[in-house]
Amino acid sequence: MLNAAITKRDWSGPPPPSTPDTMLQRQDTDWAAPSARGVRAGATAALQVVVAVIPFGMIFGVVATEAGLNLWQTMAMTVIVIAGASQFVALEFLTDGAPAAIAVLAGSIVNLRMAMYSATLATYWTGVPMRWRLPAAFVLHDQSFALSIARQRAFPAESVSDRLGYFLGVGVLTSSVWVVATYAGASLGSQIPAEWGVEFAVPVTFLAIAVPLIRTRADWAAALVAGALAILLSDMPYGTGLLIAAAAGIAAGMAAKRAGRAT
Amino acid sequence: MISDTAIWTTVALLGAATYAIRFSFLGLLAGRKLPPWAEEALHFVPVTVLPALILPMILYAPEGEGWAEPHRWLAALVALAVGIGTGKMFLTVLAGLTAFAGLRALGL
Repeated sequence: MLNAAITKRDWSGPPPPSTPDTMLQRQDTDWAAPSARGVRAGATAALQVVVAVIPFGMIFGVVATEAGLNLWQTMAMTVIVIAGASQFVALEFLTDGAPAAIAVLAGSIVNLRMAMYSATLATYWTGVPMRWRLPAAFVLHDQSFALSIARQRAFPAESVSDRLGYFLGVGVLTSSVWVVATYAGASLGSQIPAEWGVEFAVPVTFLAIAVPLIRTRADWAAALVAGALAILLSDMPYGTGLLIAAAAGIAAGMAAKRAGRAT
Repeated sequence: MISDTAIWTTVALLGAATYAIRFSFLGLLAGRKLPPWAEEALHFVPVTVLPALILPMILYAPEGEGWAEPHRWLAALVALAVGIGTGKMFLTVLAGLTAFAGLRALGL
């Protein structure tokens, strides 16, 4: 009887109030669908980060073109990967002559932080069905995660449909802008003179991404250990020095955090 | 010159790996939580990987052997200062590139 009631319900509307009855239903059926209100709020909020996404997309387009990728290859990478830092990293490894497997490994390591985003969002998405989780995961990146968490803190009681809508509003808008900006950069790429130092844009872009992330003393300890080791080990083949430096930096950061807590 | 095979392999595999990471706890591992030590370690991934990439790129000459010319790391220092001071990504890149072009024009 209860099952029949569940299947007949119109799930497209706003989520039902949390009575004991509907809480029971939630465990049986995932009902949440993104709300138009949430999408609008997300798209509006995304406008503030789009300003940062446009230049990065353009720089990636220019750098990829200078590295010898044609327009199709540049756009395929940007559309399929949609993760700026890892795209720059993979490209840098390929330019240095590393095999594709190493470029993929290095790019993936840069994206491991998204496992943390995924785990955090999952706790807010009770009731979101697979048919929304599958496409939503595609637009999970730094901006959509950061804005969604900020929204969650500002409006803890917001419904799951509004939350999902907000996330998709941010994610789809920023991802689209990223793709269009890359296209603009790739189209301009070949016309930009080498004297402008476009090649230097890669480390500066990484620096601009890294600085806001390094906040605590433990972060600085981790960053300094990793950076110093990377300089010493830079002759090791195919970025293996990078892996060792990062692992040592992570250990140093975790140790520094423990030490900070102890005092 | 990067081979077409290397580029397409990277695009396909990096795309698949990145999607798998994104979908991990939303789908495949739904309902499971990261152990606290893993969460802590993941926090330090971008904080270590990015500096480990940046420093050799700034200190060593981009084409081959030896140390880079001073304008390279001076421009990076300018970008670092602007980044820490403003916290704005775009200003950081703009400052770094402007300093790079300016210092090089000055012959540093």
